[in-house]
Amino acid sequence: MDMKRDYYEDIQLFQSGVVLFWTVVLLLVLFTLPLVVPNYYVYLFNIIMVHIILAVGLNILVGSTGQISLGHAGFFAIGAYGTVLMMTLFQLPFILAILIAAFIAAFFGFILGLPALRLEGPYLAIVSLGFGLTIMHVIGGVDAFGGRMGIKVPPLDLGIKQLGISWILTTDFHKYYLILIMTIIMVVGARNILKTRVGRSFVAIRDSDIAAEVIGVNLTIYKTLAFAVSAFYAGIAGGLFGFVLGFFDPFTFNMILSIIFLVMVVVGGLGTILGGIMGATLITYLQYDLLKNIAEVPYFGALMVAVSKQWFTLVGLENFSSMAIGLIMIGIIIFEPLGMFGLWIRMKKYWMTWPF
Amino acid sequence: MDHFKVENLSISFGGLKAVNNISFSVEKNSIFSIIGPNGSGKTTIFNMISGIYKPDSGRIICDGENIVGSSPDHVARKGVARTFQNIELFSNATVMDNLLLGRHIHMKTGVFAGAFMWGRGSAAAKEEIANREIVENIIDFLDLQSVRNHYVASLPYGKRKLVELGRALALEPKILLLDEPSAGMNTEEKGDLNIWIKDIQADYQVTILLIEHDMNMIMGISDRIFAMNQGEKIVEGVAAEVQCHPEVIKAYLGEDLSC
Ligand SMILES: Nc1ncnc2c1ncn2[C@@H]1O[C@H](COP(=O)(O)OP(=O)(O)O)[C@@H](O)[C@H]1O
Ligand SMILES: [Mg+2]
Repeated sequence: MDMKRDYYEDIQLFQSGVVLFWTVVLLLVLFTLPLVVPNYYVYLFNIIMVHIILAVGLNILVGSTGQISLGHAGFFAIGAYGTVLMMTLFQLPFILAILIAAFIAAFFGFILGLPALRLEGPYLAIVSLGFGLTIMHVIGGVDAFGGRMGIKVPPLDLGIKQLGISWILTTDFHKYYLILIMTIIMVVGARNILKTRVGRSFVAIRDSDIAAEVIGVNLTIYKTLAFAVSAFYAGIAGGLFGFVLGFFDPFTFNMILSIIFLVMVVVGGLGTILGGIMGATLITYLQYDLLKNIAEVPYFGALMVAVSKQWFTLVGLENFSSMAIGLIMIGIIIFEPLGMFGLWIRMKKYWMTWPF
Repeated sequence: MDHFKVENLSISFGGLKAVNNISFSVEKNSIFSIIGPNGSGKTTIFNMISGIYKPDSGRIICDGENIVGSSPDHVARKGVARTFQNIELFSNATVMDNLLLGRHIHMKTGVFAGAFMWGRGSAAAKEEIANREIVENIIDFLDLQSVRNHYVASLPYGKRKLVELGRALALEPKILLLDEPSAGMNTEEKGDLNIWIKDIQADYQVTILLIEHDMNMIMGISDRIFAMNQGEKIVEGVAAEVQCHPEVIKAYLGEDLSC
C-alpha cells in the first residue's frame, strides 16, 4: 500500500494530541496563576518571563549558531531606554515604541556581528563585553537619557494617545498578561525560526562553516543575522523589563547581568528553546527569591551567614548568590552538558519506560 | 558553449606547487574521474572549483562563466555541489535537517516569514512541506529511511558518506564533485554506491567529477579519466588509454591494472 506522508506533521506546533493537551493545561495555569498567588510572585513571574524572552533569543546566538556574547545587557538596555524614550520624547504608542527599540537593538546586534565574522571564542567574548560596557557608560553620560540618576518610566499605555484611546496597565497583575502574551509570541516565533530555513542555517554554521558555505549559506549574512535576531529578543525583553521595574539606571544593565544571561542559557541547555526557558526560570528564581532570602531559612541560613562573614564578605550574604550560581554552572558543565534540558529528556525517558 | 572546464589552473602553498597548470574539459552529463596518488593535488582542484581556495592563476568555466574569485556560497548558487574526502556534515543535526540544508538555495523563507509560520497555510509551512517532499525522495533513493530522524553524529561512517551525498543531491546541482565517496565503505556498500552514481548520472542529469582510489570502480564507471601526480597532469583519456600508460602504472606501483 502506498502511504502518502503528511510532511506538515514534522513542523507543526503540536506534534501530538498529548502535547496539545499539556499545552492547553499549561496555558490555563499560566493565565489563572496571578489570580491565586500573592502579588510579590506576580512581580517575580514578570521578571522571569522577561528573562525567558531574553534567554531564548540569546540561545539562538550561543546555542544554535555557536557564537558567544557577553554584551547582551547592552541590547537589553537599548530595549529598555529605547522604549521609554520613544514614548516620552515622541509620544509613540507602547507597541510601536518597543518594536522600534527592538529594531534599534537588532541594528546594534548586526554591528556587533561584523567583528564576529573574523573573531572567535575568547576574542569575540572580549569584544562583546566591551560593547556591553560601552553602551552602559554612553547611556550614563547622556542627560536626555537620565544620566547616572536613571530614568522613570511613563505609564504603560497600550492605547494610542493621538486617537484619544487610552488603556493604562498600572499593576503587576495587569502587566503580567501583557508580558505573558508577548512571551508566548516570542517563544513560538523562536521555535518557528529554528524549525525553518534561517534556523537551520544557524545550526549549519555552528557545526561546520565550511560545509555551510558550500551548500550556499552566506556566512556574512547569517552570522550577523544571528546577532541581530538575538539582539531583537533582548530589545523586546528590555522594553518590557523597564515597565516591570518602573525605574532604572545604567547600572541596572551591568556586566554581571550579561554573564547571568549566559549562565541561564548554559544551565538551561544550549541550543534548545526549552533550555532557555528552564534556565531563565531557575536562575531568576534563585537570584530574586531563594538566594536573596536564604538568611531566613532556619539553621541553614544562619550557617551560611556565618560562613559568608567569616570568609567572603563583611556584609553577610552579598556574594552568596553569585557563588551558588557559579557552583550550579560548574556542576552542569561537568555532569550534564545538555543542562536542565538534558535532565528533562532523561526524566521523560525514565517515565515513558516506567516501570520497566 | 563549454559546459565545464578548467584552464591552466595553478596554486602553490609556500614553495609547494600543489596544482600546476592543469586543464581539462568535461562533457555535460558525463562522469569525469581524477586519479593520482595521495598528495597529488586532486582535492586541491575541488577546493579551487568550489571557491574554498583561490587559484594563483587559471580559469574555471562553468556554463561559459568564469567562477574564479566567487565565494563558495556563490559557486553553490551557480549549481556546483560537492562532498568532502573527510566528510563535512552538520553532526548535531538530524539526517533530515542535513538534507533540508541542501535545499537552502532553493528556499526563500527569511526570519519573519519563518517566525510567523502560523499554521499549514503560511508561506513558510508551504515551502517546508514542498521541500521535505523533495528531500524524502532522496532519502528513499539512498535508502536512508531507517536513519531519517537520527543525529548524524550517531551514524556509522558509511551512512554519513551517503548523507553527505544526499545533501549534495538536494542542491539539484549541475556539477557534482565527489571526493573519494567510497573511502571507508565495505565491498557491499561500494557496490551500491557504484550503482547509485550511475543512477544519479541518469536520473539527475548531472555532470559528475569523481575522485576515487578504487580502480575497479573508476575503470567501470568513468566516461573519461584524468591521471595526475605531484600537481601535474600525466594523461587524460578513456579507461583503456589511462590504465596502460607507463607513468600511471609507475605512480600506482605494485597495483595490477591488468593491461
Ligand atoms: N591548505 C593547504 N596548505 C598547505 N598545503 C596544502 C593545503 N592544501 C593542500 N596542501 C598540499 O597540497 C598537496 C596536494 O594535496 P591534496 O590536494 O589534498 O592531495 P590529494 O587530494 O590528491 O591527495 C599536498 O602536498 C598537501 O599537503
Ligand atoms: Mg584528497
